[in-house]
Amino acid sequence: MKPILTVSNLSKDFTKPLDLIAKLLNKVGQDNKEEVVHAVDDVSFAVQRGEIVGIVGESGCGKSTLGRMVAGILSPTSGSVEFDAEQTKASDLPQALQTQMIFQDPFSSLNPRKRVIDIITEAPIFHGLIARKQKNEFAAEMLQRVGLDSDTLQRYPHQFSGGQRQRIGIARALAVSPELLVCDESIAALDVSIQAQIINLFVRLRDEFTLTYLFISHDIGVIEHISDRVIVMYLGRIVETAPISSFLQTPNHPYTKALLAGVPRLEVGKREYEPVSGEIPSPLDPPTGCHFHPRCPFASERCQREAPLLRELSAGHFSACHLNDEAQP
Amino acid sequence: MKPILQIENLQTHFFTKAGVVKAVDGVSFDINAGEVVGLVGESGSGKSITGFSVMGLVDAPGKIVGGRIMFQGEDIAAMSPQQLQSLRGNRISMIFQDPMMTLNPVLRVETQMVEAIKAHDSMISKSEARARARDALGLVGISAPEERMRAYPHQFSGGMRQRVSIAIAMLNRPDLIIADEPTTALDVTIQGQVIHEMQRLCEVTKTALLWITHDLAVVAGIADRICVMYAGRVVEQGPIASTISQPLHPYTRGLMGSVPSQNRRGQPLQQIDGMVPSLLNLPSGCAFQNRCAMVSDKCLSEIPEPIDVGEQRLVRCVNVGQEPAS
Repeated sequence: MKPILTVSNLSKDFTKPLDLIAKLLNKVGQDNKEEVVHAVDDVSFAVQRGEIVGIVGESGCGKSTLGRMVAGILSPTSGSVEFDAEQTKASDLPQALQTQMIFQDPFSSLNPRKRVIDIITEAPIFHGLIARKQKNEFAAEMLQRVGLDSDTLQRYPHQFSGGQRQRIGIARALAVSPELLVCDESIAALDVSIQAQIINLFVRLRDEFTLTYLFISHDIGVIEHISDRVIVMYLGRIVETAPISSFLQTPNHPYTKALLAGVPRLEVGKREYEPVSGEIPSPLDPPTGCHFHPRCPFASERCQREAPLLRELSAGHFSACHLNDEAQP
Repeated sequence: MKPILQIENLQTHFFTKAGVVKAVDGVSFDINAGEVVGLVGESGSGKSITGFSVMGLVDAPGKIVGGRIMFQGEDIAAMSPQQLQSLRGNRISMIFQDPMMTLNPVLRVETQMVEAIKAHDSMISKSEARARARDALGLVGISAPEERMRAYPHQFSGGMRQRVSIAIAMLNRPDLIIADEPTTALDVTIQGQVIHEMQRLCEVTKTALLWITHDLAVVAGIADRICVMYAGRVVEQGPIASTISQPLHPYTRGLMGSVPSQNRRGQPLQQIDGMVPSLLNLPSGCAFQNRCAMVSDKCLSEIPEPIDVGEQRLVRCVNVGQEPAS
């Protein structure tokens, strides 16, 4: 089966241009370089239809930049995002409609001066998916899908709680019948009991409308719960990708292991934390070789020199670590 | 052993134009010396205001209108601002969620730390205070403290800044530290580091810790006892192990079911329907009634009192004890 989304060798650099003084100094012989952040560095993966792929990583690992490129909000520096839409859908619609994004902050992602009905129907009316006179029933149906009352249509966003606003954001995304939803920390700003409601909603919607999700989160507990496959990122690169079962049972990369060990868990109870040492390095000046080597307890000289490549360990389970070479020469 | 902090029937209300917000309404719990107590609740449950009340940090229109906060035998709620001043940062200190907001961005870390020491000990010499500040930084795991204390807060990363604020909180060897969401803004591996340092320090110095958070899993990992708050009241409290394994209040049960867990992968989470009622307009009776599956007539009319169910556990639910806990 052809994957719905194929990301190949995708990279995104953010460059800070030189200011005037640095340019002048360069004229007189100084050598000031532009600062470049490799937010996403040569990332490739594929997503099957109906799959929920979780992307985890800590701040600055490029997971949000990756999500934005997939959703078409940012244009990549190099590489490509290919999308394979279902043939039955009208092919003259822009590809961007097939991918919708759900944002983290339900307060800033909705226009405060628009009524709910207009927030939901603006895009489908613009693209001619529905007629203007269908507006009312269409919006009501969308609201019902996400578990909101249809008599709230005429309200403004500020009249809703955080969880309800996130539901409106989801209804807005669903309004153009997308096939892929990119959820960027979509539940991070919500309370625990509301989080559970929204997670259940995501799962229900996938079953109802055969949606595919790219679920970006720093919360490993949530990723474990919802994903079929997990991608672990560290400083712009994929360090490990695995089906959920092998991610949980046989994590391979030292970073993945550290992440999993650091997750507070209800079922474990009181315990001692044994954290990995060191901080996340600045993406402006990432370590050479394997980005994780300054924090890795198993780092060798080779890790400083040479960046490891992703290697398949078992079906669908890839990890980028030199230790795997030594284990099986 | 007498508890170091006894909160009895604390009521902190906010007198707003729209009406009285009962942010904290009848909260009682104790903290023993060297004990870690987790105060858990969702936004608006009053957990932070409870912490602020203990620190005497409740600003107008908020006011402590009832109850006592006994700290080592003295009532904090009745103290004058001067008395509070000598207590804060000295015998009780606080760690906040966002270290960028608590550290002064225009002063070197050193200046801020020396200031905190001198505020409570005017006799100490500058070099002595510096040495103590340096040792405190070393203690929380900041390498090369001598150089790092000359830096400004923005030169530290988020996790390091939180370590600095922990070091400042520990400076005067307090008996109690109130930590309000101290690791919420941090990444997983950094959160692990900070929790590790806090656990170690509290064990060494025998400092009691009130850990305020919305994250049940974090509390499960560090606390000795847990208090669960909902709409201004503690609905359940008890030792961590028995409370987590056998929650009795429907809200605690719902909260636990809402946390994704490896054991229940693939199944829908047990969500709590509905949302937290507005504190301006609480229903009469139990505040959880509109979200509770076991609601009865009794819940609608009377506010449940804490029921002692043994093993030092208290639960505010009329259904507890009337039927075998399921």
